[in-house]
Amino acid sequence: MKRIVANGTVIHPVSERMEKIDLLIEEGKFKAFLSLEDSGSLKNSGTAEIIDAGGLWVVPGLIDMHVHLREPGEEYKETIRTGTMAAAAGGFVGVACMPNTHPVNDSRSVTEYILQKAADAGFARVYPVAAVSVGSLGEQLSEFGDLVGAGAVAFSDDGRPVSGSRLMRSALEYARTYDKPIISHAEDLGLSEGGCIHEGEVSAMTGLKGIPSEAEEIMVYRDIELTRLAGGKLHVAHVSTAGSVELIRQAKARGGRVTAETAPHYFTLTHESVAEFDTNARMNPPLRTAEDVEAIRLGLKDGTIDAIATDHAPHSVIEKDVEFEQAANGIVGLETCVGLTLQLVRDGVLTVFQALRALSSNPARILGVAGGTIELGGVANLTLLDSNAQYKVEPEAFFSLSRNTPFGGKDLQGKAVMTILEGNPVRIKSVAR
Amino acid sequence: MSSFEKMHLLGIRDLSRDEIETIIRTAETLKEISDRDIKKVPTLRGKTVVNFFYEPSTRTRMSFEIAAKRLSADTVSLSASTSSMVKGETLIDTVRNIEAMNPDVLIMRHSMTGAPHMVARRVSACVVNAGDGRHEHPTQALLDLMTIKAHKGRIEGLKVSIIGDIANSRVCRSNILALTKMGAHVTVAGPPTMIPRFIGCLGVGVTDKLDQAVRDADVIMMLRIQLERQREPLFPTLREYAREYGLNAKRLLEAKEDVLVMHPGPINRGVEITPDVADGPSSVILDQVSNGVAIRMAVLYLLLGGKAA
Repeated sequence: MKRIVANGTVIHPVSERMEKIDLLIEEGKFKAFLSLEDSGSLKNSGTAEIIDAGGLWVVPGLIDMHVHLREPGEEYKETIRTGTMAAAAGGFVGVACMPNTHPVNDSRSVTEYILQKAADAGFARVYPVAAVSVGSLGEQLSEFGDLVGAGAVAFSDDGRPVSGSRLMRSALEYARTYDKPIISHAEDLGLSEGGCIHEGEVSAMTGLKGIPSEAEEIMVYRDIELTRLAGGKLHVAHVSTAGSVELIRQAKARGGRVTAETAPHYFTLTHESVAEFDTNARMNPPLRTAEDVEAIRLGLKDGTIDAIATDHAPHSVIEKDVEFEQAANGIVGLETCVGLTLQLVRDGVLTVFQALRALSSNPARILGVAGGTIELGGVANLTLLDSNAQYKVEPEAFFSLSRNTPFGGKDLQGKAVMTILEGNPVRIKSVAR
Repeated sequence: MSSFEKMHLLGIRDLSRDEIETIIRTAETLKEISDRDIKKVPTLRGKTVVNFFYEPSTRTRMSFEIAAKRLSADTVSLSASTSSMVKGETLIDTVRNIEAMNPDVLIMRHSMTGAPHMVARRVSACVVNAGDGRHEHPTQALLDLMTIKAHKGRIEGLKVSIIGDIANSRVCRSNILALTKMGAHVTVAGPPTMIPRFIGCLGVGVTDKLDQAVRDADVIMMLRIQLERQREPLFPTLREYAREYGLNAKRLLEAKEDVLVMHPGPINRGVEITPDVADGPSSVILDQVSNGVAIRMAVLYLLLGGKAA
């Protein structure tokens, strides 16, 4: 099947070019880039399906390198099917899913199960992140070799961070053989214990127990130093503090093999959102101060932070419609990410190219997966964006099974219209869950 | 006279100076009822007040109950041990069930910060926060202000020191908010492990020296050391705490001669306060308890539409 993505503005985030060309896709790959004249005859020939991207941006398929799909084990919050539908609705052709499921993804069988479910659904590619340690218990390394063979793209004990420095060192060393990153959820659990919001003015005002920025920064520093000691590749997940940004900046300046991501809520919201005890403003790491938000934005701008990932964390009312101190951490993010990221472009923080690199080419590079660019012979993963679309966030309309977002009712501009996965347009609108 | 238009009393944070003054003034006029031979007026006859306590309490619960009864409201008490919470029902479900029985006021104590705020968003009854986690205890602050005003004639300009476990105290937080709104100068004191790093944002002075807090104080509020917190690494031993931060008669000499010593109770004699001070001439601890009933009468009366004094 030949397809032509026609009439759109093609954006190359890496080479920082925009051009009005049509893309010919065949067998899931980019076959030719057509000038509008060349394209005309082929369109008229009737041998290709035309996908009209008139007025739209045609960009490399977006990749969210940090999501929780909850399956297996918590299918009432999200399934691989609904999670990948939400991904497609949000403009993502690929998502990397964290291993804190039940059971934990520390084995070939769970990794294969996830990949099979994702293939059956067909809405987006799923890249499993496997557990660093068996059961994410922080004791014994999981079978990296077997897991990589099954399709794991990285290792992380996200949600149950690796406390033991010795184990973290071993993970970094052992992963070198497979050239896979260790994704660090940086949190000193002893220091953060009992905390549920950032330690600052709002925690002082409400009496809610605070988590100091240092709980994150101590572990970011530790992991940077361990990476220097052990070799290997470190990726720091959900950076939330100014201090972490600075530590990563310094590490990169020294040539350290360190990459980092942040999430839209960390460059959009502050701990003030918690003042009225909205459980949808509770996440881990917690929302920080305005100064941290500014530092995160600068970190994205100067490239210290490579990627924007949502940390999509679906929870039901059972976990969220409870006392703030009891509520689960995390928010859904797949279906609000594009709008929130493009706000950074409108705010003049990022160029369009920088924003798209953070959402496509950089995560592809860090995870070592295909995509992230539009090049001849490359896999035809695309996202079609309407940068002008203005809308209100309606959690009720989410494809995700969960609605836990602090952005309900917020006015956003810019949204995904369609994703094209390996040459095929992903159709979700008419699909029942 | 100003009116009172709040639907709930969730925290001092939501009250203006005017509203605080209104409640205190109303309490002052209602106080006399408790001194009568027949301590009851029909004001709230036919109203139902639910005391909903998820955490142990003697003083506050009894005070609210007496206040409601002196105004002729019907009162029902529900505590964590008798409620469905032990059967695993969620707070929202429990509250929905209570709501279905159509109470007028829900007085709520809960070990978790913000719980009454969550409930208030979901019910049509008036919600009164009787202490939520480490957050606020507004009626305690109001009765403290009423007590100070009764002895000093004013609050504005007074030097008030609050001493003890500042971080874990909802009494302290509500008092800071109320006292600063009324123009008092508040200093908090305690070991640095018990003082939130950002407490200064509430407009208070901070010291870790007891003597500095006591010197020239008009009012000293001692906070209870929660013995269960010894498990956390906040202070080495009770003995050391009593030596470093306990208020005794010798230390009290540094304060103004007419200093008031207050304590929200229950007191740990010999820990944060020595018996001679607790029972001494400067102590107004039992006045606080008496005024508590009046304040709670005023709160119930005003929330249920009574005219402000």
